[in-house]
Amino acid sequence: MNSLFEFFSFSDPNIRFVVIGSVLLTASSAIVGSFTFLNKKSLVGDAIAHAVLPGICLGFMLSGTKNPVFLIGGAFITGWISLVLVEYITSKTRIKEDTAIGLILSVFFGIGILLLTVIQKSGNAAQSGLDHFLFGKAASLVGDDLYTFAAVAIALLIAVFLFFKEFTLLAFDKDYARAIGLPVKRIELILTSLIVLAVVIGIQAVGVVLMAAILITPAAAARFWTDRVRIMILLASVFGAISGLAGAYISYTAPQMPTGPWIVIVISMIAFVSFFFAPRRGVVSRLLRQYTIRRTINDENILKALYQLGEENKNFFIQRYPDEIIRKRKFEKDNLLKVLKRLRAQGYVESSGNLWGLTEEGKTRGQRVVKIHRLWEMYLTTQLHIAPDHVHEDADTIEHLLTPELEAELERLLDYPKQDPHRSEIPYK
Amino acid sequence: MEKEISLVPALEVHDVTVAFDRKPVLWNIDLTLPQGKLVGIIGPNGAGKSTLIKAVMGLLPLSSGYVKLFDKPIDDVRKRISYVPQRESVDWDFPASVLDIVLMGRYGKLGLFKRPRKADIDVAMDCLRKVGMESFVNRQISQLSGGQQQRTFLARALAQQADIYFMDEPFAGVDAATEKAIINLLRSMTDQKKTVIVVHHDLQSVPQYFDYVIMLNTRLVAYGPTESVFTQENLTGTYGGKLTLLTDVGDLIRREGFPNREAK
Repeated sequence: MNSLFEFFSFSDPNIRFVVIGSVLLTASSAIVGSFTFLNKKSLVGDAIAHAVLPGICLGFMLSGTKNPVFLIGGAFITGWISLVLVEYITSKTRIKEDTAIGLILSVFFGIGILLLTVIQKSGNAAQSGLDHFLFGKAASLVGDDLYTFAAVAIALLIAVFLFFKEFTLLAFDKDYARAIGLPVKRIELILTSLIVLAVVIGIQAVGVVLMAAILITPAAAARFWTDRVRIMILLASVFGAISGLAGAYISYTAPQMPTGPWIVIVISMIAFVSFFFAPRRGVVSRLLRQYTIRRTINDENILKALYQLGEENKNFFIQRYPDEIIRKRKFEKDNLLKVLKRLRAQGYVESSGNLWGLTEEGKTRGQRVVKIHRLWEMYLTTQLHIAPDHVHEDADTIEHLLTPELEAELERLLDYPKQDPHRSEIPYK
Repeated sequence: MEKEISLVPALEVHDVTVAFDRKPVLWNIDLTLPQGKLVGIIGPNGAGKSTLIKAVMGLLPLSSGYVKLFDKPIDDVRKRISYVPQRESVDWDFPASVLDIVLMGRYGKLGLFKRPRKADIDVAMDCLRKVGMESFVNRQISQLSGGQQQRTFLARALAQQADIYFMDEPFAGVDAATEKAIINLLRSMTDQKKTVIVVHHDLQSVPQYFDYVIMLNTRLVAYGPTESVFTQENLTGTYGGKLTLLTDVGDLIRREGFPNREAK
């Protein structure tokens, strides 16, 4: 608890550095990654992330220092080479993109690990900490390195801001962008460079292996909450920042812990929550919607049965025993009573003892369902020429679904027919 | 001055061959279209209708020949060209509103870095009104019906205020009333000397809709004013019988890895 307070007071300049650093890295990766996600190129981020490792090692071997400029430079070059190769393989051979990515990813990563092992065995004292690139370490983000990484992160943000409109159009409709004369090749080049840069600095925080997760997961999580690109990207950056902050904190309290996996766990939890609980797109919301639909169907079927019974007696307000309703249409008795009580609470039915009957409102609603059912049967038989004995099941679903506008259109289209194909009267108000 | 400009053909296609994976799908197309016409491209499935307009717009590489618009290479007149792609060519689950999409039509005029201004939104709204979509401005595009998506694309093309429009099956998935509204709109555009080129499927409406018709079946069967070209004979040439030999040779070229043209 003490450490929590100490950490979030940000009084220690080291902590400030680490926090600013990891938040910038994860947020900028999330923003750039949003476009990878929108372009449906999620795997590409993974390929780049693995392909930068040999570049980092080569940068170190050639310069002999961990100077970030050399490491970023090396990483940038091999990251780019990997993408060029993926594209070359995909366009010149029969190998599909996913296979090409898999090939390139493993070859480059293999070479990277090889070089890393060579460096570690070489006894060069400066090499300690290079292995942080594998799993990331937020706590190592201090001093001059941080300035370099922060500068790159801010440059990324500015570039995305400037090219926002072009990146969005390219993600939605590339052919159109080309047709109206946008320099598509150059814009793609810029976006790809941004992705490579985001990966190069992002691996400081999460490492090579898990980099793809912080590129893609924030955007995927954000997509659940909104239908607007701007808000989606903003949310993605906030999700990224939260996970970066969490990673920095864990790195601070438990230095032996790898930061990257923790950042990824946090962002995955956010994605998990979004997946289940986001309004409209989330799983829970969908289940709730289905539950409401099932309830409506149940309610309306009972009102319909009561209405049809009323048609037989030419009196819609007679109260009946539940068994009589079940004879008209099959319901489970317990369920029927439950729904009847609900309908009573809503004012659609009345009861005295075990006798149940429609109210005026209940009659109106039941009548509407019956009317739509019979109109739809008419529509199917007269307009679509479907056999009259095949239309009943269809109409059973449509009767609960149709909006008043469609209902009106259906009436107009059929010109208010008096009877349905089975010679039942169609009730209008 | 006005007259002089309209003498320049809107489109000139010279000996154009287009190949996918080496296999030619369009052979040696030659045609010239005047300005201010409503032009239909017809032909069976796989005849290369979409391929032709994509090649003309420079979206596909040409194996041979050249294309000129208003007597200039395409890249010099990009701002005067508008394109309505096939509706299925994009993912409609993209996080954007109808207005976002129509504003894309302004991007060519805006240039890099600039954001759409109030005036661009005015144009976009105006175009949405023309296609009867003004009440859907803020609708998320995944919630549109097929016909509404099509009209959104049309509004986006209109927002470009171009001189020549290429439309890939703009009537696909559109109900009869909307189709009529769209054709009236296209008609009013050609009245203003705009050229509209439409990939079309329904042969029955061809004489009624189009001034010019291009009849295609991997090679050009005929093109010209509808009344003189849209004949039974040309229809048979376009739709009747597969050109088996031509297709076989195309397959052979791909199998053998042959170049389409001998190296110069």
